[in-house]
Amino acid sequence: MTVPDQMRKPVFALVALAAAGVVQAGTLTIESWRTDDKALWETVLIPAFTKAHPDITVKFNPTSPAEYNSALNARLTAGTAGDLITCRPFDVSLDLYSRGRLQKLNHHAGLANFPDSAKVAWQTDNGRDTYCMPMASVIHGFFYNKKIFADLALQPPKTEAEFFGVLDKIKAAGKHTPLALGTADQWETNQIVFTSVGANHWKGEEGRKALIAGKKKFTDPDMVSAWEYMARWAPYLSRGYQAQTYGDSQVLFASGRAAIYPTGSWDISYFQQNGMKDFGAFPPPVRKAGDTCHISDHTDIGMGINSKSKNTADAEKFLTWLASREFADLYANKVTGFFPLSKHAIELKDPVAREMLGWRQTCKSTIRLNAQIMSRGTPSMENELWTVNSQVVNGKLAPKAAAARIQSGFEKWYRPSGR
Amino acid sequence: MALTRSRSFWPTVVFLAPAVLIYTVFSAGPLLDTLRLGLFSTDGTGQVDFAGLANYRLILLDPDWSAAFWNAMANNLEFFLIHMLVQNPIALLLAALLSLQGVRGSGTYRTLIFLPTLLSVVIIGFAWQLILSPLWGVSERLLGWVGLEHWFAPWLGLEESALVTLSLVSVWQFVGIPMMLIYAALIAIPDDIIEAARVEGASGMRIFWAIRLPLIWPTLGLVTILTFVGNFNAFDLIYAVKGAVAGPNFSTDVLGTLFYRTFFGYQSQVGSATMGAAVATLMFLVILAGVAVYTVVVQRRLIRHTF
Repeated sequence: MTVPDQMRKPVFALVALAAAGVVQAGTLTIESWRTDDKALWETVLIPAFTKAHPDITVKFNPTSPAEYNSALNARLTAGTAGDLITCRPFDVSLDLYSRGRLQKLNHHAGLANFPDSAKVAWQTDNGRDTYCMPMASVIHGFFYNKKIFADLALQPPKTEAEFFGVLDKIKAAGKHTPLALGTADQWETNQIVFTSVGANHWKGEEGRKALIAGKKKFTDPDMVSAWEYMARWAPYLSRGYQAQTYGDSQVLFASGRAAIYPTGSWDISYFQQNGMKDFGAFPPPVRKAGDTCHISDHTDIGMGINSKSKNTADAEKFLTWLASREFADLYANKVTGFFPLSKHAIELKDPVAREMLGWRQTCKSTIRLNAQIMSRGTPSMENELWTVNSQVVNGKLAPKAAAARIQSGFEKWYRPSGR
Repeated sequence: MALTRSRSFWPTVVFLAPAVLIYTVFSAGPLLDTLRLGLFSTDGTGQVDFAGLANYRLILLDPDWSAAFWNAMANNLEFFLIHMLVQNPIALLLAALLSLQGVRGSGTYRTLIFLPTLLSVVIIGFAWQLILSPLWGVSERLLGWVGLEHWFAPWLGLEESALVTLSLVSVWQFVGIPMMLIYAALIAIPDDIIEAARVEGASGMRIFWAIRLPLIWPTLGLVTILTFVGNFNAFDLIYAVKGAVAGPNFSTDVLGTLFYRTFFGYQSQVGSATMGAAVATLMFLVILAGVAVYTVVVQRRLIRHTF
């Protein structure tokens, strides 16, 4: 008995795919951690690209965020990774580039569409080589429930003193949790609290660069004050916040049980999908009236080319499209809460997203404090900050002790250049 | 003579080959490769060089690495001790009760108690996080019904109680396995021995302590060693509930999560296959040492009875 021809073909194709791990020219596979956006890529973004490039087939192949780095590494080592690699910012991608996993993109014309501040997340320390095309950033701040604010006649706070005033009033009214924040998952206390609200203390880029240059320490007063500020939040959180997960906080705010929610712009789409419309956003309050405000405008996502890709030419075409106005517009308006990094002027349709993007005009942008260089040693500063910041909010670690622990971990391996 | 030898030689080879091959390729081979990889180091460009015992020196002598390693080791030991002190005695008690004659619905109990073992750890972790949640969990209300609501605390989030809580969740999930093993051993004891004791006038308690328990010592030894190996390889429940940074303040970090962070990396921590292999080797040595102590010291003294 012979296998019918039409059955043999797919079997053969599968075997060939599995054996070679590569796809024939004309097909591109994207590696990404954005599992949430799978439908969007498949129904909006990829069709928009293939309209102009009908000969190229693009596949979106995401892995869940927590496993992405390790799974991608394993696939790159085994030679089975896709052609296009979605890049985490800074050291994780730099590590891939220095191990020869990503192609150099210096020659790519699309890079001209991005300001230097966007490209720095995917460049070598000396700025000579670029290896990923910037895609989007996220901005951190606070969401507030407009109805609760209206009922209590509250205004979004401008200064830290006003912020505590608002929290006190919500607490005194007794009906709502003032702040939706938990420390069970730990990352929020770093990525959406410390590195966001702290930027007003260390003056954003000025403080961040001084730390890298070795001119500043974590134990300096304007660093410790950021932890002191966070340490005062505990009374305004839900009872048992130590076991409250990120998902719990989202539900608390979405269900209208909490008035203020420290977060990042990516959450806009979560609340829209869950039927919550009536919320606004305010940037991290400044220390005293008249201070310049600083926001954490974090270059979060880029895309590079697998150095083992068999289809570099098409991959480069895809990156050219990523650098185009069309992509910036689509991505910003469809993937709400991710802001384009290119120089194109994009009109945002979502009011909260527009509000947050507007902070770029009124405040100074910085990136997450420890994203560049500082997290590459042992102990990993990112993991240390998760732990230390949660302990500060839990009231288990004094702000000064937190600063000392981070500084000593940093000093242990870091030698600022030129010193 | 030569003919008989070859006749028994080749079938032996043929029948052993699949097991040897599979075991070598999927178990012994990777294990040996891990031991080898632990002796190398990786630099920033992915170049792998022989480094001797440098990785081990780093893990055991560097203040940060050794603090993390011994913290994970101590937590792991606590995790194991809680299983030994809670899971196995409960399993013994349940098995003893189930093996009594004339317990109504013993089959149903057996199935119900064994059921959580079959569930995915992710589901167990999620369910218990909800049950214990200070926001929407039922535990506070349940405590309230017996007037103990002031005892409630966000146990999973507190440094003092997170590890104990996770251990107890794990005990809840896995108590069925030792129970089944002990139960099987208990029902294998011939009835005539028990009946003879009863005729001699021994009480139920006396029969348990003087006859049944001594006869199942080998099974309890097996349960101990299975618990030890299982607990020192623990990872999934802690990862599912607390993530790889195993907070608060690394109070739930065990060797498995430390290995995961080291080998795969986590967030901006870049993974290192060689350092990870060294951590894995240390885990292997700890387990090997435990099993060796058991086989040399305990197992030799156990007396096996065959009926």
